[in-house]
Amino acid sequence: MKVLVGVKRVVDYAVKVRVQNKSVDLKNVKMSLNPFCEIAVEEAVRLKESKKAEEVVAVSIGPKQCTETLRTALAMGCDRAVHVSTDLRTDYMELQPYAISKIFEKIIEKEGSDLVLLGKQGIDSDCGQTGPMLAGFLGWPQVTFAANLEATDAGIQVERETDAGTETINIPSLPAVVTCDLRLNEPRYATLPNIMKAKKKKVDTIAADSLGVDLDAHNEVLEVFEPPPRKEGIMVQDVDELLDKLKNEAGVLG
Amino acid sequence: MSLFYRQPRKILPSRVFRNPRPSFGGLHLFSTDSMRDRMKGLQAILPSAVEFSQNQYELERHGRGESFHPTKKPDAVVCPTCAEDIVSIVKYCSEHGIPIVPFGVGTSVEGHVCCLKGGVSLDMKNFQGIEIPDMESDGLPDPIATVGAGVTRSTLNGALRHTGLQFVVDPGADATIGGMVATGASGTTAVRYGTMRENILALECVLADGTIVNTGTKALKNSAGYDLVGLLCGSEGTLGVITKVTVKLHAVPENLMAAVCVFETVEDAAKAVATLKLCEIPLLRCELLDEASVVAFNAYKKEGPNREEKPTLFFEFQAPSPDSLEEQVKMTQSICDDYGGAGFVYCSDEEERKALWLARHSLYYASINLRPGATGAILTDACVPLSKFAEVIRDTTNEIKEQGIVAPCFGHAGDGNFHCILPTAEGDSAEYTSKLHEVSENIVERTLRAGGTCTGEHGIGYGKTKYLEQQYGPGAVHMMKMLKQSIDPNNVMNPGKVIPIQDGII
Repeated sequence: MKVLVGVKRVVDYAVKVRVQNKSVDLKNVKMSLNPFCEIAVEEAVRLKESKKAEEVVAVSIGPKQCTETLRTALAMGCDRAVHVSTDLRTDYMELQPYAISKIFEKIIEKEGSDLVLLGKQGIDSDCGQTGPMLAGFLGWPQVTFAANLEATDAGIQVERETDAGTETINIPSLPAVVTCDLRLNEPRYATLPNIMKAKKKKVDTIAADSLGVDLDAHNEVLEVFEPPPRKEGIMVQDVDELLDKLKNEAGVLG
Repeated sequence: MSLFYRQPRKILPSRVFRNPRPSFGGLHLFSTDSMRDRMKGLQAILPSAVEFSQNQYELERHGRGESFHPTKKPDAVVCPTCAEDIVSIVKYCSEHGIPIVPFGVGTSVEGHVCCLKGGVSLDMKNFQGIEIPDMESDGLPDPIATVGAGVTRSTLNGALRHTGLQFVVDPGADATIGGMVATGASGTTAVRYGTMRENILALECVLADGTIVNTGTKALKNSAGYDLVGLLCGSEGTLGVITKVTVKLHAVPENLMAAVCVFETVEDAAKAVATLKLCEIPLLRCELLDEASVVAFNAYKKEGPNREEKPTLFFEFQAPSPDSLEEQVKMTQSICDDYGGAGFVYCSDEEERKALWLARHSLYYASINLRPGATGAILTDACVPLSKFAEVIRDTTNEIKEQGIVAPCFGHAGDGNFHCILPTAEGDSAEYTSKLHEVSENIVERTLRAGGTCTGEHGIGYGKTKYLEQQYGPGAVHMMKMLKQSIDPNNVMNPGKVIPIQDGII
């Protein structure tokens, strides 16, 4: 099977995000590979290592620095990469899941992929929409929040994690779209020799606006704000005062 | 000056007077203002971005590390945001006789952060800058990183995760880089990569007089001037506040193998290690667990077979290719064989490696588990030449048996460094506690007699200042005192630690 992996360049998970000019401030902020996409890449590479997949292609949409993100995916073991270049913000402020799914649809048509692995959500937009929307546009079966994936004869069997428990879904034959959740695997650290080798792997660049896809945002973001700062705790004199505050100020007691 | 003249002869020992000239015959005279007033004065001169806290819980947290030493609270916790903040703070403190104790994350184990004379705990948490190699550039970057002193080693490795490089010094705790430099920390990879000392290239620090010092070089060798980086490494906050460090990085290994080997006696295991080192077989990690440690593990583990209750060596190897890896392991096996090693098992799969090393990884908790009700432990730290390693461990374990205390021993065998874990519980009798301390002190005596050092990695703090003269003789201690007194004449930089200054008082 030919596997395609979505790889998103997002604000690094360790960064303390600030709001500037009504949007998240991205200036000089450290960006990295979206952790859920990293899990998707790891799963794809494992499929290749177990000879279930013959080729893994990584795809990223964004500015020229996406090549760094793609380089990480290549160092983890992807064979080659496609960079769809655009300067539109990909954190929902400009480019939104609808357009992103349409872009992926075009790339997948060209690549002839059998299995598309995406992270369950981007940690910037937290939408979780690209996977399901893409499956809808392609008319393919989908499994989201995959916690375990096994290739069967012609298809895949996936364990899907929800708040209520785990369900096992069998897709008898490919193609299919799967979005990856935390418990699916623990991504490998790329080693130096692989990072060096990755510099020689092929990255094709396609301009986003050359794909004939409507890139406009159709949802308008009204406001972006930081959560209110946590108030300092106060000391209370005795249990009566505590009960009074819990009841009348915090409203957590009937 | 006027204060001094107004009160001529009557200098009461409990009061201290202000003297703008530092180092007045070793006696340091300061303002008669109470510490409370001096703190108010400090708070008044702080830049607005600098946090100042006197919250009781914060004071307590900043008055203890992870050792058996009692909590000694500072009078305030101050969080500078940049080197310039620290300059204002140290200048004020130096002038007003306010002690300063730099604080990373409080994981030190020899009472380093205890504020013996109160004062200010200088929390370095805002120093979080990280500069890592740019792997995307065409040129090949240097394997180095420059970080703020408050960055923990796991934060640094997290930032490095896509570079193929890592920071290898791995003490048990997730300490800050600044703290690791100040204590000369070390971990299980020292046998291959050395300690913190061998992994720092440059640093920036602030001295008690407000001088900002940038020293060291990003180049790999340096013969220019005095080795100030070396001086500050292990200085435990007594000479300056470290603000920024440039560390060496190493490649994340591609090929790893773990191995375990059981020996009849600790001597056999130690001789095997000594031979491996003489023959320069590259070891990534080489740890020794004594019998008591294996017993602790067998009692503690929840699943899996029991390990044989004998001294056991735990190895890790890394190599550029699977073949060279296999070669290293085979050579090690053959040397272990020569010393009666048995049950030599090795594997490369990550899950299997973790399982093989489980006894070593869970050692601390397994040891505490040996004593119901134990919440912490005294950790001893001794390092001797390899030729004396076996004898010192053997004599120590014999004494432990005689005293009837619980104390598994384990060692960084490749470095001749071993630790005993002496679990402590709140309900311990005075008798038991004094036995623990007796054993701990005897370990140091034994180590010094064997030509070793009273601390291989944990540092001096204030519990071991008494050993410095015994270990080095008066000359070295005199030189250390001279350095301390000229760099910090008012003895405000973590007073009471490392150097047993008799005359400096605050």
